Amino acid sequence: MAKGIRDKVAILGMGCSKFGERWDASPEDLMVEAYTEAMADAGITPEQLDAAWFSNHMDDIGVGRGGTPMSIALRLPNIGVTRVENFCAGGSEAIRGAVYAVAAGACDIAIALGVEKLKDTGYGGLPMGSVGTYIPQWYPNAVAPANFAQLASAYQHKHRVDAGLLKRAIAHVSVKSHANGARNPKAHLQKAITVEQVLNAPTVAEPLGLFDCCGVSDGAAAVIVTTPDIARGLGKKDLVTFKALQVAVSNGWEMHSNDWDGSYFHTARIAAKRAYQEAGIERPREQISLTEVHDCFSITELVTMEDLFLSDEGQAVRDVMDGFFDADGGVPCQIDGGLKCFGHPVGASGIRMLYETYLQLQGRADRRQLSDPSLGLIHNLGGQPSQNVCSIAIVGHEGA
Amino acid sequence: MTGIVGYGSYIPRLRLNRQAIAQANAWYAPQFARASGSRAMANWDEDSITMAVAAARDCLGPGEGRDAIRSVMLASSTLPFVERLNAGVICEALTLDENVEARDVTGSQRAALACLSDAMARVKAGEGDALVLAADNRHTRAASSQELDLGDGAAALRIGNDNVIAEYLGSAVLTVDFVDRFRMSGEDIDYAWEERWVRDEGITKLVPRVVRDALKTSGIEAGQVDHFIFPTTFRKIEGQLAKICGIRPEAVVDGLADNIGETGTAHGLLLLAQVLERAGPGQHIVLAQFGSGAQAVVLKTTERIASFRPQVGVDGWIARGVAENSYTKFLSFKGQLRLERGPRGEQDKKTALSTAYRHRRAILGLVGGRCEVTGKVHFPPSRLSYDQSTPALDTQRPYKLADRRAHVLSWSAEYLSFHMSPPNYYGQVDFEGGGRILMEFTDIDRGEVASGTEVEMVFRIKDVDERRGYTRYFWKATPVRKASSPAALVHADAASE
Repeated sequence: MAKGIRDKVAILGMGCSKFGERWDASPEDLMVEAYTEAMADAGITPEQLDAAWFSNHMDDIGVGRGGTPMSIALRLPNIGVTRVENFCAGGSEAIRGAVYAVAAGACDIAIALGVEKLKDTGYGGLPMGSVGTYIPQWYPNAVAPANFAQLASAYQHKHRVDAGLLKRAIAHVSVKSHANGARNPKAHLQKAITVEQVLNAPTVAEPLGLFDCCGVSDGAAAVIVTTPDIARGLGKKDLVTFKALQVAVSNGWEMHSNDWDGSYFHTARIAAKRAYQEAGIERPREQISLTEVHDCFSITELVTMEDLFLSDEGQAVRDVMDGFFDADGGVPCQIDGGLKCFGHPVGASGIRMLYETYLQLQGRADRRQLSDPSLGLIHNLGGQPSQNVCSIAIVGHEGA
Repeated sequence: MTGIVGYGSYIPRLRLNRQAIAQANAWYAPQFARASGSRAMANWDEDSITMAVAAARDCLGPGEGRDAIRSVMLASSTLPFVERLNAGVICEALTLDENVEARDVTGSQRAALACLSDAMARVKAGEGDALVLAADNRHTRAASSQELDLGDGAAALRIGNDNVIAEYLGSAVLTVDFVDRFRMSGEDIDYAWEERWVRDEGITKLVPRVVRDALKTSGIEAGQVDHFIFPTTFRKIEGQLAKICGIRPEAVVDGLADNIGETGTAHGLLLLAQVLERAGPGQHIVLAQFGSGAQAVVLKTTERIASFRPQVGVDGWIARGVAENSYTKFLSFKGQLRLERGPRGEQDKKTALSTAYRHRRAILGLVGGRCEVTGKVHFPPSRLSYDQSTPALDTQRPYKLADRRAHVLSWSAEYLSFHMSPPNYYGQVDFEGGGRILMEFTDIDRGEVASGTEVEMVFRIKDVDERRGYTRYFWKATPVRKASSPAALVHADAASE
């Protein structure tokens, strides 16, 4: 295996817009919000940026295609802007581009920014995306909730979990995230909820109800990266550096062979193993301080705990119910409220997850601050259980 | 000997309670207050093409043995396409050879009998087996007697020279421009003339003529007839015709009016299929149909009659029915009631025809690819086969999945997207012998699916492109069924809906 990027790249600054139904803001406005905060945090001027990576998923709403929307919105100094799209993991893909450019020495300072304006469709939920000319002729008219809900039927079947218990466990996942989101002024949803509310909510896709689904919102987030030396040269202390950045993409095995059982993410397990190896982590359940995972649906978060080897296989229900992933648990998950409370402006989510992890590691997370975290894991997933893009990033204190 | 070597049928699962129609329209059409029984009602994803495919599969059974079929004739007065060979879609769904001659035959209620006579002549001339299909998805005006009387369905006959179960003895035809009903191109619903005139001046005068002529040609006396089939919505007219012709009253075949309804072009063959299911050897059958004249054929069952059995059969389809009490569902499925679809219903369903052609065997035939090296089945088929270490290039051979049983791996039912019959059920399906498809489910009831549920494949409408007027088809999973429980067939009081 290649040596990897451990401690080669540091975060110079980050910004994140207020997420929500931003009827007041265009995608350009959201970009400006995240960008100005990140630039102020980094303490640099635009001329110091060498290159930019721009994550945006839906080109039929929002800003359209190409790198120009970001360059024009932010009046960048004619640097390269590369638009990346990798389903819901596009934000992490933008980070990867910027981090790799710095690690390669091709850039001193690079920026990754993700934005999505979802609330200009005229209806709730994610817009229907285009999938080419062949797939619609045979593939179901699928929507995300029913794609992910299938995890529940397969997990329940495989592990012989009582349907009611699984429903309560995923309810706990959402209740926990809402409790966290209630302490985050940038979250879309800032109200705590009860298990009863979750259980009694209308069904969206069996067995998922309304509160098992993340919100749909507008938002943007940005990260500026550089080498640790340059960061120190710019006066930065307590650096947060990248320990691992891994992406695993389905090749059809889950969807087309008969071997995958439908109850977990094949790619997440591969990416997690690679990321732990790159970061030198041997006992993730003890070593990881916090996780920000892709909780598009409550069941996704639950099975992901096993895919990240934070719970033993078949034990996530117990760990969830024991509160192991709660704010005061062993490995807090979604301490910022997660997708559940931030919603999921597709292109921005991966960078938003990094934003909270960065704040936590720098001790700047205000009322949500965990005590002395050293390593944070960001799991960002695009696609659906049987065919997806899974990104796992690990960041931490330099040298941790 | 030339004659019928196989038969099949299809009746959609939904049976609309006639009281649901009567009660919904009671304010407007009180004359229907005493309507009873039910009528077969196509699901939203069924049309004459899909029902004909279902009937053909009921006739042909799974697997191979379709190579001997050299011609396919599709009779229908409700063909989905005016330009595009409807029978061609069916040939692809049945994975028949490309050098089969396929044709659509339409224009009268007796089109299936025209096909039958033609098929007999072709087969007798040594041109291979013929498949005669008939299907109709009836369109009627709300609160009309047709709405109550008509039903949807399909039937299939395989004509050949070997292992004949019912010999073709002869036929007769009258082509007369007697316009009991008409429908111009572009119109959905027939316009009909006064029933008494149709009955007394049309049916009663023309049908006995062809029946007598057909019997004469066949060398059969009317008294020898064991089964007299005449599809109609006129009450008791079959008995009157039999009497006029000298056919014994007990030979008159029930027209399934009580619970299925008259299925148009298909109905003659549908009733024939049911007669063949029940007939013994050496029995004479007369099948007559009326429309722009009249036509009759005479058949005689052979000693081999019991050697053939359809996959489900008319009695089997009848037993699978489930009561439907929602009249608005019926109207919506028939395109007569536009329900709110929400913005998600605006999604464009344009079909790239070049893509569809390139992948037609996978899409219409449900043909995957089986890797000769690993044995793994791939759907859709691909040039590179999946293998953990070294994907193999160009090792896949066509592998038909449509007739293989499968099991549900995972599923959900969602209420978010627009669907003609929510919730939208779909999931991953694993085929026995290999292969997996994430696919839609149809004809499914609440609580009927779980991980492990056994399913079979049915050919259905995938999407309708209303902007351009194009229907695309694919296969869906449906639970493997036997007869419905008696409770499912009991019609709940429509007023309780």
